[in-house]
Amino acid sequence: MLAICRIDDIPAGESVRFDAHVPIAVFNADGEFYAVDDTCSHQDASLSDGFLEGCFVECPLHAALFDLRTGMPSCLPAKRPIRTHPVSVHEGWIYVHVIRQEEVA
Amino acid sequence: MSFHNPIGSGCRRDGGLMSTLAIVGASLAGYSAAQQLRAAGFDGRLVMVGEENRLPYDRPPLSKDFLTGRLPAGELALADQADVDALGVDWELGRSAVALRPGEAAVELDDGRRVEADGVIVATGARPRPLPGAERVSGVHLLRTMEDAVALRAELVSGRPKVAIVGGGFIGAEVASSCVELGLEVTVVDSAELPLADVLGSRFARLCAQLHAERGVGLRFGATVAGLVTDANRVRGVRLADGSRLDADVVLVGIGVRANVDWLAGSGIDVGDGVQCDAGCVTSNPAVVAIGDVASVYRPELGRRVRAEHWTSATQQASTAVNNLLCGYTAHEFRAVPYFWSDQHGVRIQLAGEPRPTDEVTVTDGNVAERRFLAQYTRDRHPVGVLAVNHPRAFARARRALARHPRYVPI
Ligand SMILES: Cc1cc2nc3c(=O)[nH]c(=O)nc-3n(C[C@H](O)[C@H](O)[C@H](O)COP(=O)(O)OP(=O)(O)OC[C@H]3O[C@@H](n4cnc5c(N)ncnc54)[C@H](O)[C@@H]3O)c2cc1C
Ligand code: FES
Repeated sequence: MLAICRIDDIPAGESVRFDAHVPIAVFNADGEFYAVDDTCSHQDASLSDGFLEGCFVECPLHAALFDLRTGMPSCLPAKRPIRTHPVSVHEGWIYVHVIRQEEVA
Repeated sequence: MSFHNPIGSGCRRDGGLMSTLAIVGASLAGYSAAQQLRAAGFDGRLVMVGEENRLPYDRPPLSKDFLTGRLPAGELALADQADVDALGVDWELGRSAVALRPGEAAVELDDGRRVEADGVIVATGARPRPLPGAERVSGVHLLRTMEDAVALRAELVSGRPKVAIVGGGFIGAEVASSCVELGLEVTVVDSAELPLADVLGSRFARLCAQLHAERGVGLRFGATVAGLVTDANRVRGVRLADGSRLDADVVLVGIGVRANVDWLAGSGIDVGDGVQCDAGCVTSNPAVVAIGDVASVYRPELGRRVRAEHWTSATQQASTAVNNLLCGYTAHEFRAVPYFWSDQHGVRIQLAGEPRPTDEVTVTDGNVAERRFLAQYTRDRHPVGVLAVNHPRAFARARRALARHPRYVPI
Protein backbone atom coordinates (compact mmCIF):
# COMPACT_ATOMS: atom_id res chain seq x y z
CA MET A 1 0.00 0.00 0.00
CA LEU A 2 1.50 3.31 -1.08
CA ALA A 3 0.39 6.76 0.07
CA ILE A 4 0.27 8.78 -3.14
CA CYS A 5 -1.02 12.26 -2.33
CA ARG A 6 -3.89 14.17 -0.70
CA ILE A 7 -7.25 13.92 -2.41
CA ASP A 8 -7.14 17.68 -3.06
CA ASP A 9 -4.01 17.18 -5.13
CA ILE A 10 -6.04 15.55 -7.91
CA PRO A 11 -8.98 17.72 -8.98
CA ALA A 12 -11.92 16.04 -10.73
CA GLY A 13 -10.96 15.06 -14.29
CA GLU A 14 -7.25 15.15 -13.50
CA SER A 15 -4.60 12.58 -12.81
CA VAL A 16 -1.19 12.03 -11.28
CA ARG A 17 1.48 9.57 -12.29
CA PHE A 18 3.90 7.87 -9.95
CA ASP A 19 6.58 5.27 -10.36
CA ALA A 20 6.20 1.89 -8.73
CA HIS A 21 7.84 -1.08 -10.50
CA VAL A 22 6.03 0.39 -13.51
CA PRO A 23 4.51 3.87 -13.89
CA ILE A 24 1.02 4.04 -12.43
CA ALA A 25 -1.66 6.67 -13.06
CA VAL A 26 -4.26 7.72 -10.51
CA PHE A 27 -7.41 9.43 -11.82
CA ASN A 28 -10.14 11.39 -10.15
CA ALA A 29 -13.26 10.47 -12.12
CA ASP A 30 -15.84 12.81 -10.61
CA GLY A 31 -14.84 12.03 -7.05
CA GLU A 32 -14.02 8.34 -7.53
CA PHE A 33 -10.32 7.51 -7.57
CA TYR A 34 -8.92 4.82 -9.85
CA ALA A 35 -5.37 3.56 -10.35
CA VAL A 36 -4.20 1.79 -13.50
CA ASP A 37 -0.91 1.07 -15.25
CA ASP A 38 0.08 4.33 -16.89
CA THR A 39 1.40 2.85 -20.14
CA CYS A 40 -1.21 2.23 -22.83
CA SER A 41 -1.53 -1.41 -23.84
CA HIS A 42 -1.31 -0.37 -27.51
CA GLN A 43 1.95 1.56 -27.75
CA ASP A 44 3.92 3.78 -25.43
CA ALA A 45 1.52 6.57 -24.52
CA SER A 46 1.14 7.73 -20.96
CA LEU A 47 -2.54 7.39 -20.02
CA SER A 48 -2.24 10.05 -17.32
CA ASP A 49 -1.86 12.45 -20.28
CA GLY A 50 -5.17 11.19 -21.63
CA PHE A 51 -8.64 12.64 -21.47
CA LEU A 52 -11.09 11.50 -18.80
CA GLU A 53 -14.73 11.02 -19.67
CA GLY A 54 -16.78 9.55 -16.87
CA CYS A 55 -14.82 6.53 -15.75
CA PHE A 56 -13.17 6.04 -19.15
CA VAL A 57 -9.81 7.41 -20.13
CA GLU A 58 -9.00 8.12 -23.76
CA CYS A 59 -5.41 7.45 -24.77
CA PRO A 60 -3.81 10.72 -25.90
CA LEU A 61 -2.20 9.11 -28.96
CA HIS A 62 -4.59 6.90 -30.89
CA ALA A 63 -7.74 7.42 -28.84
CA ALA A 64 -8.29 3.91 -27.46
CA LEU A 65 -10.75 4.06 -24.54
CA PHE A 66 -10.18 2.14 -21.30
CA ASP A 67 -12.68 1.50 -18.54
CA LEU A 68 -10.86 2.55 -15.36
CA ARG A 69 -12.96 0.14 -13.27
CA THR A 70 -11.89 -2.95 -15.18
CA GLY A 71 -8.97 -1.88 -17.35
CA MET A 72 -10.78 -3.23 -20.41
CA PRO A 73 -10.39 -1.41 -23.72
CA SER A 74 -13.66 -0.51 -25.38
CA CYS A 75 -12.36 0.36 -28.83
CA LEU A 76 -9.47 -0.03 -31.23
CA PRO A 77 -6.53 0.16 -31.51
CA ALA A 78 -6.09 -1.31 -28.02
CA LYS A 79 -6.93 -4.97 -27.71
CA ARG A 80 -5.42 -5.86 -24.34
CA PRO A 81 -6.56 -4.58 -20.93
CA ILE A 82 -4.42 -2.45 -18.65
CA ARG A 83 -3.86 -3.59 -15.07
CA THR A 84 -5.99 -1.92 -12.39
CA HIS A 85 -4.84 -1.37 -8.81
CA PRO A 86 -7.13 -1.02 -5.78
CA VAL A 87 -7.35 2.48 -4.30
CA SER A 88 -8.45 3.48 -0.85
CA VAL A 89 -8.94 6.89 0.70
CA HIS A 90 -8.17 7.38 4.37
CA GLU A 91 -8.18 10.70 6.25
CA GLY A 92 -7.86 12.66 3.04
CA TRP A 93 -5.00 10.57 1.66
CA ILE A 94 -5.09 8.38 -1.43
CA TYR A 95 -3.49 4.95 -1.08
CA VAL A 96 -2.80 2.55 -3.95
CA HIS A 97 -2.30 -1.15 -3.43
CA VAL A 98 0.03 -1.83 -6.30
CA ILE A 99 -0.60 -5.20 -7.92
CA ARG A 100 2.48 -6.79 -9.37
CA GLN A 101 2.46 -8.84 -12.54
CA GLU A 102 2.76 -12.14 -10.68
CA GLU A 103 -0.32 -11.42 -8.55
CA VAL A 104 -2.51 -11.38 -11.64
CA ALA A 105 -3.96 -14.77 -12.42
CA MET B 1 -30.63 -4.55 -52.53
CA SER B 2 -33.88 -5.52 -50.95
CA PHE B 3 -34.76 -2.81 -48.56
CA HIS B 4 -36.55 -4.22 -45.55
CA ASN B 5 -36.89 -1.22 -43.27
CA PRO B 6 -39.24 1.26 -44.87
CA ILE B 7 -38.23 4.84 -44.31
CA GLY B 8 -39.87 6.32 -41.27
CA SER B 9 -40.62 2.97 -39.67
CA GLY B 10 -38.40 3.93 -36.76
CA CYS B 11 -34.92 2.79 -36.06
CA ARG B 12 -34.49 -0.93 -35.45
CA ARG B 13 -30.99 -0.93 -34.05
CA ASP B 14 -30.73 -4.68 -34.28
CA GLY B 15 -31.23 -4.60 -38.01
CA GLY B 16 -34.89 -5.51 -38.16
CA LEU B 17 -35.35 -8.07 -40.85
CA MET B 18 -31.81 -8.04 -42.16
CA SER B 19 -30.46 -11.51 -41.74
CA THR B 20 -27.16 -11.36 -43.60
CA LEU B 21 -24.76 -8.48 -43.98
CA ALA B 22 -21.61 -8.46 -46.08
CA ILE B 23 -18.58 -6.34 -45.32
CA VAL B 24 -16.23 -5.90 -48.26
CA GLY B 25 -12.68 -4.98 -47.21
CA ALA B 26 -11.26 -6.67 -44.11
CA SER B 27 -9.10 -3.94 -42.66
CA LEU B 28 -9.59 -1.19 -40.11
CA ALA B 29 -12.91 0.16 -41.34
CA GLY B 30 -14.39 -3.27 -42.11
CA TYR B 31 -13.31 -4.82 -38.85
CA SER B 32 -14.60 -1.83 -36.88
CA ALA B 33 -17.93 -2.20 -38.63
CA ALA B 34 -18.12 -5.87 -37.63
CA GLN B 35 -17.39 -4.95 -34.01
CA GLN B 36 -20.00 -2.20 -34.07
CA LEU B 37 -22.63 -4.41 -35.67
CA ARG B 38 -22.27 -7.01 -32.95
CA ALA B 39 -22.19 -4.33 -30.27
CA ALA B 40 -25.44 -2.94 -31.70
CA GLY B 41 -27.07 -6.34 -31.31
CA PHE B 42 -27.00 -7.55 -34.90
CA ASP B 43 -26.98 -11.33 -34.50
CA GLY B 44 -27.47 -12.34 -38.11
CA ARG B 45 -24.87 -13.75 -40.45
CA LEU B 46 -21.87 -11.53 -41.07
CA VAL B 47 -19.60 -12.22 -44.03
CA MET B 48 -16.32 -10.37 -44.35
CA VAL B 49 -14.58 -10.41 -47.73
CA GLY B 50 -10.92 -9.36 -47.83
CA GLU B 51 -8.50 -9.34 -50.71
CA GLU B 52 -5.48 -9.72 -48.43
CA ASN B 53 -5.06 -13.22 -47.14
CA ARG B 54 -4.72 -12.26 -43.48
CA LEU B 55 -6.80 -11.13 -40.56
CA PRO B 56 -7.18 -7.36 -40.10
CA TYR B 57 -4.04 -5.53 -39.05
CA ASP B 58 -2.96 -1.99 -38.38
CA ARG B 59 -1.26 -0.05 -41.18
CA PRO B 60 0.35 2.96 -39.45
CA PRO B 61 3.34 0.96 -38.13
CA LEU B 62 4.17 -0.22 -41.66
CA SER B 63 6.08 2.99 -42.38
CA LYS B 64 7.36 3.34 -38.82
CA ASP B 65 8.25 0.69 -36.22
CA PHE B 66 7.51 -2.29 -38.41
CA LEU B 67 9.83 -1.00 -41.11
CA THR B 68 12.66 -0.42 -38.65
CA GLY B 69 12.11 -3.88 -37.14
CA ARG B 70 11.11 -2.60 -33.73
CA LEU B 71 7.57 -3.97 -33.96
CA PRO B 72 7.11 -7.59 -35.10
CA ALA B 73 4.31 -8.48 -37.52
CA GLY B 74 2.28 -10.27 -34.83
CA GLU B 75 1.89 -7.02 -32.91
CA LEU B 76 0.07 -5.42 -35.83
CA ALA B 77 -3.03 -7.62 -35.57
CA LEU B 78 -6.11 -5.52 -34.84
CA ALA B 79 -7.51 -8.29 -32.67
CA ASP B 80 -6.41 -11.38 -30.80
CA GLN B 81 -7.75 -14.70 -32.01
CA ALA B 82 -10.23 -14.91 -29.12
CA ASP B 83 -11.80 -11.57 -30.12
CA VAL B 84 -11.91 -12.62 -33.74
CA ASP B 85 -13.68 -15.86 -32.77
CA ALA B 86 -16.12 -14.04 -30.52
CA LEU B 87 -17.29 -11.87 -33.42
CA GLY B 88 -18.74 -14.84 -35.25
CA VAL B 89 -17.79 -13.71 -38.74
CA ASP B 90 -17.67 -15.88 -41.86
CA TRP B 91 -14.33 -14.87 -43.33
CA GLU B 92 -13.66 -14.87 -47.04
CA LEU B 93 -9.99 -13.91 -46.93
CA GLY B 94 -7.74 -13.91 -49.96
CA ARG B 95 -10.88 -13.26 -52.02
CA SER B 96 -11.89 -10.07 -53.68
CA ALA B 97 -15.32 -8.81 -54.51
CA VAL B 98 -15.57 -8.21 -58.25
CA ALA B 99 -19.12 -6.91 -58.47
CA LEU B 100 -22.06 -5.72 -56.45
CA ARG B 101 -25.47 -6.71 -57.79
CA PRO B 102 -28.08 -4.86 -55.78
CA GLY B 103 -30.96 -6.21 -57.87
CA GLU B 104 -29.99 -9.73 -56.87
CA ALA B 105 -28.88 -8.73 -53.35
CA ALA B 106 -25.49 -10.27 -53.95
CA VAL B 107 -21.78 -9.62 -53.87
CA GLU B 108 -19.84 -11.52 -56.50
CA LEU B 109 -16.42 -12.94 -55.62
CA ASP B 110 -13.39 -13.49 -57.83
CA ASP B 111 -13.83 -17.27 -57.68
CA GLY B 112 -17.30 -16.94 -59.18
CA ARG B 113 -19.18 -17.56 -55.94
CA ARG B 114 -21.75 -15.12 -54.62
CA VAL B 115 -22.45 -13.87 -51.16
CA GLU B 116 -26.11 -13.07 -50.74
CA ALA B 117 -26.77 -10.24 -48.34
CA ASP B 118 -29.50 -7.85 -47.26
CA GLY B 119 -27.03 -5.03 -46.82
CA VAL B 120 -23.43 -4.27 -47.73
CA ILE B 121 -20.71 -2.28 -46.03
CA VAL B 122 -18.12 -1.06 -48.51
CA ALA B 123 -14.73 -0.74 -46.78
CA THR B 124 -12.30 -1.37 -49.61
CA GLY B 125 -9.90 1.45 -48.76
CA ALA B 126 -7.45 2.83 -51.24
CA ARG B 127 -4.29 1.82 -53.07
CA PRO B 128 -1.16 3.84 -53.76
CA ARG B 129 -0.77 5.52 -57.13
CA PRO B 130 2.15 4.02 -59.00
CA LEU B 131 4.81 6.14 -60.66
CA PRO B 132 3.98 5.96 -64.38
CA GLY B 133 6.37 3.62 -66.13
CA ALA B 134 7.76 2.17 -62.89
CA GLU B 135 5.23 -0.56 -62.28
CA ARG B 136 7.45 -3.48 -63.11
CA VAL B 137 10.89 -2.18 -62.31
CA SER B 138 12.55 -4.10 -59.49
CA GLY B 139 13.68 -2.02 -56.54
CA VAL B 140 10.72 0.36 -56.89
CA HIS B 141 8.21 0.06 -54.06
CA LEU B 142 4.77 1.25 -53.02
CA LEU B 143 3.66 0.98 -49.41
CA ARG B 144 0.17 0.04 -48.35
CA THR B 145 0.07 -3.57 -47.22
CA MET B 146 2.04 -5.80 -44.91
CA GLU B 147 3.32 -7.57 -48.01
CA ASP B 148 4.58 -4.24 -49.39
CA ALA B 149 6.29 -3.45 -46.09
CA VAL B 150 7.93 -6.86 -45.87
CA ALA B 151 9.29 -6.49 -49.40
CA LEU B 152 10.55 -2.96 -48.78
CA ARG B 153 12.15 -3.91 -45.47
CA ALA B 154 13.89 -6.90 -47.03
CA GLU B 155 15.63 -4.56 -49.47
CA LEU B 156 16.43 -1.92 -46.87
CA VAL B 157 18.22 -4.38 -44.59
CA SER B 158 20.31 -6.12 -47.23
CA GLY B 159 23.55 -4.38 -48.06
CA ARG B 160 23.45 -0.63 -47.56
CA PRO B 161 21.16 0.55 -50.32
CA LYS B 162 20.91 4.21 -51.23
CA VAL B 163 17.26 5.15 -50.98
CA ALA B 164 15.27 7.72 -52.96
CA ILE B 165 11.76 8.60 -51.87
CA VAL B 166 9.42 10.12 -54.42
CA GLY B 167 6.83 12.19 -52.57
CA GLY B 168 7.41 14.11 -49.35
CA GLY B 169 3.99 13.56 -47.76
CA PHE B 170 3.52 11.72 -44.49
CA ILE B 171 4.29 8.25 -45.83
CA GLY B 172 7.43 9.48 -47.59
CA ALA B 173 8.56 11.44 -44.52
CA GLU B 174 8.01 8.49 -42.21
CA VAL B 175 9.85 6.08 -44.46
CA ALA B 176 12.73 8.57 -44.71
CA SER B 177 12.87 8.69 -40.93
CA SER B 178 12.87 4.87 -40.73
CA CYS B 179 15.68 4.72 -43.31
CA VAL B 180 17.77 7.06 -41.14
CA GLU B 181 17.16 4.75 -38.20
CA LEU B 182 18.36 1.87 -40.30
CA GLY B 183 21.54 3.85 -40.98
CA LEU B 184 20.80 4.42 -44.67
CA GLU B 185 21.51 7.31 -47.00
CA VAL B 186 18.14 8.65 -48.11
CA THR B 187 16.85 11.53 -50.26
CA VAL B 188 13.30 12.83 -50.55
CA VAL B 189 12.20 14.26 -53.90
CA ASP B 190 9.03 16.33 -54.16
CA SER B 191 7.79 18.71 -56.81
CA ALA B 192 6.45 21.08 -54.15
CA GLU B 193 8.83 23.73 -52.82
CA LEU B 194 7.64 22.84 -49.33
CA PRO B 195 5.82 19.51 -48.96
CA LEU B 196 3.12 19.30 -46.25
CA ALA B 197 2.57 23.06 -46.37
CA ASP B 198 -1.00 22.43 -47.58
CA VAL B 199 -1.71 20.35 -44.52
CA LEU B 200 0.32 21.94 -41.72
CA GLY B 201 0.86 25.46 -43.00
CA SER B 202 4.29 26.69 -44.04
CA ARG B 203 5.68 27.27 -40.55
CA PHE B 204 5.34 23.68 -39.42
CA ALA B 205 6.04 22.22 -42.86
CA ARG B 206 9.40 24.03 -42.59
CA LEU B 207 9.90 22.46 -39.19
CA CYS B 208 9.39 19.01 -40.75
CA ALA B 209 11.90 19.82 -43.49
CA GLN B 210 14.33 20.92 -40.80
CA LEU B 211 13.88 17.62 -38.93
CA HIS B 212 14.84 15.78 -42.11
CA ALA B 213 17.85 18.00 -42.72
CA GLU B 214 19.13 17.65 -39.17
CA ARG B 215 19.09 13.89 -39.48
CA GLY B 216 20.94 13.98 -42.76
CA VAL B 217 18.04 13.29 -45.14
CA GLY B 218 18.78 14.74 -48.58
CA LEU B 219 16.01 17.07 -49.73
CA ARG B 220 15.24 17.76 -53.38
CA PHE B 221 12.14 19.92 -53.09
CA GLY B 222 10.75 21.74 -56.11
CA ALA B 223 12.17 18.93 -58.25
CA THR B 224 10.03 16.95 -60.65
CA VAL B 225 10.76 13.32 -61.42
CA ALA B 226 11.17 12.78 -65.16
CA GLY B 227 11.78 9.04 -65.04
CA LEU B 228 13.86 6.25 -63.63
CA VAL B 229 17.38 5.16 -64.40
CA THR B 230 17.32 1.41 -64.84
CA ASP B 231 19.73 -1.35 -65.67
CA ALA B 232 18.39 -4.75 -66.72
CA ASN B 233 15.03 -3.86 -65.21
CA ARG B 234 16.58 -2.94 -61.87
CA VAL B 235 16.33 0.63 -60.63
CA ARG B 236 19.62 2.53 -60.42
CA GLY B 237 18.36 6.02 -59.81
CA VAL B 238 15.84 8.74 -60.46
CA ARG B 239 16.05 11.24 -63.33
CA LEU B 240 14.87 14.74 -62.51
CA ALA B 241 13.31 17.24 -64.89
CA ASP B 242 16.29 19.61 -64.56
CA GLY B 243 18.41 16.90 -66.14
CA SER B 244 20.16 15.84 -62.94
CA ARG B 245 20.22 12.32 -61.68
CA LEU B 246 19.91 10.87 -58.21
CA ASP B 247 21.53 7.48 -57.63
CA ALA B 248 19.34 5.00 -55.80
CA ASP B 249 19.26 1.24 -55.25
CA VAL B 250 15.78 1.38 -53.77
CA VAL B 251 12.98 3.81 -54.64
CA LEU B 252 9.83 4.28 -52.58
CA VAL B 253 6.95 6.00 -54.32
CA GLY B 254 4.53 7.83 -52.02
CA ILE B 255 2.53 10.12 -54.26
CA GLY B 256 -0.98 9.55 -52.96
CA VAL B 257 -3.69 6.95 -53.26
CA ARG B 258 -6.74 6.09 -55.31
CA ALA B 259 -9.95 4.79 -53.73
CA ASN B 260 -10.75 1.12 -54.50
CA VAL B 261 -14.07 1.66 -56.27
CA ASP B 262 -13.57 -0.19 -59.55
CA TRP B 263 -15.41 -3.29 -58.36
CA LEU B 264 -18.58 -1.19 -57.96
CA ALA B 265 -18.80 -0.42 -61.68
CA GLY B 266 -22.25 -1.30 -62.96
CA SER B 267 -23.75 -1.56 -59.47
CA GLY B 268 -25.66 1.69 -59.75
CA ILE B 269 -23.82 3.02 -56.69
CA ASP B 270 -22.50 6.54 -57.36
CA VAL B 271 -18.73 6.64 -57.34
CA GLY B 272 -16.23 9.37 -58.07
CA ASP B 273 -13.07 9.98 -56.12
CA GLY B 274 -14.52 7.46 -53.66
CA VAL B 275 -17.98 6.07 -53.00
CA GLN B 276 -20.37 9.02 -52.92
CA CYS B 277 -22.18 9.06 -49.59
CA ASP B 278 -24.59 11.30 -47.76
CA ALA B 279 -23.69 12.77 -44.38
CA GLY B 280 -24.41 9.42 -42.73
CA CYS B 281 -22.10 7.29 -44.94
CA VAL B 282 -25.13 5.96 -46.84
CA THR B 283 -24.69 5.54 -50.61
CA SER B 284 -27.23 6.08 -53.36
CA ASN B 285 -28.66 2.71 -52.27
CA PRO B 286 -29.88 2.79 -48.66
CA ALA B 287 -28.86 -0.83 -48.08
CA VAL B 288 -25.25 0.00 -48.97
CA VAL B 289 -22.99 2.12 -46.79
CA ALA B 290 -19.33 3.06 -47.28
CA ILE B 291 -16.67 3.86 -44.71
CA GLY B 292 -12.97 4.59 -44.31
CA ASP B 293 -10.52 5.59 -47.02
CA VAL B 294 -12.93 4.54 -49.80
CA ALA B 295 -15.82 6.74 -48.64
CA SER B 296 -16.44 10.27 -49.80
CA VAL B 297 -18.84 11.58 -47.18
CA TYR B 298 -21.04 14.65 -47.52
CA ARG B 299 -20.29 17.43 -45.08
CA PRO B 300 -23.29 19.72 -44.78
CA GLU B 301 -21.29 22.56 -43.25
CA LEU B 302 -18.96 22.56 -46.28
CA GLY B 303 -21.59 21.79 -48.86
CA ARG B 304 -19.40 19.10 -50.43
CA ARG B 305 -18.02 15.61 -49.91
CA VAL B 306 -14.70 14.82 -48.28
CA ARG B 307 -12.73 11.59 -48.53
CA ALA B 308 -10.57 11.35 -45.42
CA GLU B 309 -7.54 9.09 -45.25
CA HIS B 310 -7.13 9.03 -41.49
CA TRP B 311 -7.16 6.12 -39.11
CA THR B 312 -9.73 7.64 -36.75
CA SER B 313 -12.17 8.51 -39.56
CA ALA B 314 -12.36 4.83 -40.47
CA THR B 315 -13.40 3.74 -36.99
CA GLN B 316 -15.72 6.65 -36.36
CA GLN B 317 -17.47 6.33 -39.70
CA ALA B 318 -17.98 2.63 -39.01
CA SER B 319 -20.12 3.47 -36.04
CA THR B 320 -22.25 6.03 -37.92
CA ALA B 321 -22.67 3.79 -40.96
CA VAL B 322 -23.59 0.68 -39.03
CA ASN B 323 -26.30 2.49 -37.13
CA ASN B 324 -27.76 3.90 -40.33
CA LEU B 325 -27.65 0.56 -42.09
CA LEU B 326 -29.49 -1.10 -39.22
CA CYS B 327 -31.99 1.75 -39.10
CA GLY B 328 -32.61 1.62 -42.84
CA TYR B 329 -32.21 5.36 -43.27
CA THR B 330 -29.83 8.16 -42.34
CA ALA B 331 -30.67 8.57 -38.69
CA HIS B 332 -27.17 9.70 -37.75
CA GLU B 333 -24.73 12.04 -39.44
CA PHE B 334 -20.98 11.66 -39.24
CA ARG B 335 -19.66 14.58 -37.21
CA ALA B 336 -16.16 14.42 -35.90
CA VAL B 337 -13.20 16.73 -35.91
CA PRO B 338 -10.71 15.09 -38.29
CA TYR B 339 -7.66 13.82 -36.47
CA PHE B 340 -4.42 12.18 -37.54
CA TRP B 341 -0.94 11.67 -36.23
CA SER B 342 2.47 11.09 -37.74
CA ASP B 343 5.73 9.98 -36.12
CA GLN B 344 8.96 11.01 -37.79
CA HIS B 345 12.52 11.52 -36.61
CA GLY B 346 11.52 10.83 -33.02
CA VAL B 347 8.92 13.59 -33.15
CA ARG B 348 5.23 12.94 -32.63
CA ILE B 349 2.96 15.19 -34.66
CA GLN B 350 -0.79 15.32 -33.98
CA LEU B 351 -3.22 17.44 -35.95
CA ALA B 352 -6.95 17.97 -35.43
CA GLY B 353 -9.28 20.04 -37.55
CA GLU B 354 -8.68 21.20 -41.09
CA PRO B 355 -6.38 24.19 -41.09
CA ARG B 356 -5.50 25.99 -44.30
CA PRO B 357 -2.12 27.46 -45.15
CA THR B 358 -3.56 30.96 -44.77
CA ASP B 359 -4.79 30.48 -41.19
CA GLU B 360 -3.21 32.35 -38.34
CA VAL B 361 -1.01 30.19 -36.12
CA THR B 362 -0.30 30.79 -32.43
CA VAL B 363 1.86 28.65 -30.21
CA THR B 364 -0.11 28.39 -26.96
CA ASP B 365 1.93 25.95 -24.90
CA GLY B 366 5.57 24.83 -24.86
CA ASN B 367 8.00 26.11 -27.45
CA VAL B 368 8.96 25.34 -30.98
CA ALA B 369 12.73 25.42 -30.41
CA GLU B 370 12.42 22.60 -27.88
CA ARG B 371 10.20 20.62 -30.24
CA ARG B 372 7.46 20.32 -27.67
CA PHE B 373 4.48 22.58 -28.18
CA LEU B 374 0.81 23.06 -28.93
CA ALA B 375 -0.31 25.47 -31.64
CA GLN B 376 -3.78 26.74 -32.48
CA TYR B 377 -4.94 27.66 -35.97
CA THR B 378 -7.54 30.39 -36.25
CA ARG B 379 -9.40 31.90 -39.19
CA ASP B 380 -11.27 35.18 -38.71
CA ARG B 381 -10.57 34.62 -35.03
CA HIS B 382 -12.44 31.30 -35.06
CA PRO B 383 -10.58 28.15 -33.99
CA VAL B 384 -10.14 25.76 -36.92
CA GLY B 385 -7.38 23.40 -35.83
CA VAL B 386 -4.75 22.37 -33.29
CA LEU B 387 -1.34 20.90 -33.83
CA ALA B 388 0.89 19.32 -31.22
CA VAL B 389 4.49 18.27 -31.45
CA ASN B 390 5.58 15.91 -28.66
CA HIS B 391 2.77 17.17 -26.48
CA PRO B 392 0.02 14.54 -26.32
CA ARG B 393 -1.35 15.78 -23.01
CA ALA B 394 -2.08 19.29 -24.24
CA PHE B 395 -3.30 17.89 -27.54
CA ALA B 396 -5.85 15.51 -25.95
CA ARG B 397 -7.46 18.46 -24.19
CA ALA B 398 -7.20 20.87 -27.11
CA ARG B 399 -8.78 18.40 -29.52
CA ARG B 400 -11.78 18.00 -27.21
CA ALA B 401 -12.04 21.71 -26.70
CA LEU B 402 -11.99 22.25 -30.48
CA ALA B 403 -14.79 19.72 -31.00
CA ARG B 404 -16.91 21.46 -28.40
CA HIS B 405 -16.13 25.01 -29.39
CA PRO B 406 -19.35 26.73 -30.45
CA ARG B 407 -17.54 28.58 -33.21
CA TYR B 408 -15.47 25.71 -34.54
CA VAL B 409 -15.55 26.04 -38.31
CA PRO B 410 -14.48 22.95 -40.14
CA ILE B 411 -13.07 24.66 -43.27
C1 LIG C 1 2.07 3.05 -44.35
C2 LIG C 1 0.86 3.75 -43.80
C3 LIG C 1 0.99 4.54 -42.64
C4 LIG C 1 -0.11 5.21 -42.14
N1 LIG C 1 0.04 5.97 -41.01
C5 LIG C 1 -1.02 6.64 -40.50
C6 LIG C 1 -0.87 7.46 -39.35
O1 LIG C 1 0.22 7.58 -38.78
N2 LIG C 1 -1.96 8.12 -38.88
C7 LIG C 1 -3.19 8.03 -39.47
O2 LIG C 1 -4.15 8.67 -39.02
N3 LIG C 1 -3.37 7.25 -40.57
C8 LIG C 1 -2.31 6.57 -41.10
N4 LIG C 1 -2.48 5.77 -42.22
C9 LIG C 1 -3.83 5.70 -42.84
C10 LIG C 1 -4.69 4.59 -42.26
O3 LIG C 1 -3.97 3.41 -42.15
C11 LIG C 1 -5.89 4.40 -43.17
O4 LIG C 1 -6.68 5.56 -43.06
C12 LIG C 1 -6.71 3.17 -42.81
O5 LIG C 1 -5.99 2.00 -43.05
C13 LIG C 1 -8.02 3.14 -43.60
O6 LIG C 1 -8.68 1.94 -43.34
P1 LIG C 1 -9.69 1.28 -44.39
O7 LIG C 1 -10.15 0.03 -43.72
O8 LIG C 1 -10.65 2.29 -44.84
O9 LIG C 1 -8.83 0.96 -45.69
P2 LIG C 1 -7.61 -0.03 -45.91
O10 LIG C 1 -6.81 -0.13 -44.66
O11 LIG C 1 -6.96 0.40 -47.16
O12 LIG C 1 -8.28 -1.45 -46.14
C14 LIG C 1 -9.04 -1.79 -47.26
C15 LIG C 1 -8.97 -3.29 -47.43
O13 LIG C 1 -9.88 -3.68 -48.44
C16 LIG C 1 -9.27 -4.64 -49.29
N5 LIG C 1 -9.93 -4.59 -50.60
C17 LIG C 1 -9.79 -3.65 -51.57
N6 LIG C 1 -10.57 -3.95 -52.64
C18 LIG C 1 -11.22 -5.10 -52.32
C19 LIG C 1 -12.18 -5.90 -53.02
N7 LIG C 1 -12.64 -5.58 -54.24
N8 LIG C 1 -12.63 -7.03 -52.41
C20 LIG C 1 -12.18 -7.36 -51.16
N9 LIG C 1 -11.28 -6.63 -50.47
C21 LIG C 1 -10.82 -5.51 -51.04
C22 LIG C 1 -7.83 -4.22 -49.31
O14 LIG C 1 -7.01 -5.29 -49.72
C23 LIG C 1 -7.62 -3.79 -47.86
O15 LIG C 1 -7.23 -4.87 -47.06
C24 LIG C 1 -1.38 5.08 -42.77
C25 LIG C 1 -1.50 4.30 -43.93
C26 LIG C 1 -0.40 3.63 -44.44
C27 LIG C 1 -0.56 2.79 -45.67
S1 FES D 1 -0.73 4.23 -27.69
FE1 FES D 1 -2.67 4.26 -26.75
S2 FES D 1 -4.00 3.90 -28.39
FE2 FES D 1 -2.07 3.83 -29.30
